[in-house]
Amino acid sequence: MNLLRRKFLKTASFVGAAVTVGSAVLIPQRAIAAYNKAAFEARDIDGALSASLGSAQHSPSDSVTLKAPDIAENGAVVPITVSASMGNVSAISIIASANPQPLTSTYQLSAVAEPYVSTRIKMAKTADIVAVVKADGKLYSSTKEVKVTIGGCGG
Amino acid sequence: MATIKIRAKASGGVTQVKTLMSHPMESGLRKDSKTGEKIPAHYITEVTAEHNGNTVMTANWAGGISKNPYLSFKFKGASPGDTIKISWVDNMGKSDSAESQIK
Repeated sequence: MNLLRRKFLKTASFVGAAVTVGSAVLIPQRAIAAYNKAAFEARDIDGALSASLGSAQHSPSDSVTLKAPDIAENGAVVPITVSASMGNVSAISIIASANPQPLTSTYQLSAVAEPYVSTRIKMAKTADIVAVVKADGKLYSSTKEVKVTIGGCGG
Repeated sequence: MATIKIRAKASGGVTQVKTLMSHPMESGLRKDSKTGEKIPAHYITEVTAEHNGNTVMTANWAGGISKNPYLSFKFKGASPGDTIKISWVDNMGKSDSAESQIK
């Protein structure tokens, strides 16, 4: 009977350890997934960047490719593609500098994800699009002006 | 009814996923042209992509993303037949998810 109890305790402690390890692995993932409201409510680029990527300091880089149309006839749908040729990219943010809420989106990339993201954003008026890539804790950016004929944010 | 369409294709070790969701994506800044009242915000806040249960990418969105959003991304390490799952949550607490096989 004592033996049985030993065995039970051993198994229980092992399971307990496994659970602890499991949750330790899960916590960072949760932190990544937390929705960053402050970043989207920021009214300027610096505020949006520091809230979404942790810093407002970014340097223009040729390694970041931003694909956007020269002229967008309809500001409600502007196709944007961002890619980067560097490694260790952990996040990408896309900013439309003249929008009432400049930050349009932030992407958190896992280790297996390629530094590539493509989507469609709204633009209030003609403005610079800034793509910011976070790699090894530093921010690299690429900027392109997109002319908008009809604004997409209404109001 | 599923509101998410997914197309995922693996080639040369890299899988490209293209997805289309149907959602109004109201920014909350637009006004109704007849009544002059603001249209309440209703947009997707988070899109998560999972490959075989592991999160590949998380997108945080707001009202600056176009209506019926399109999203494309790439990742390594998947092979044809694997499952890719896309799910979204919006600011009103609604959510949806869909799964698809990688081709």
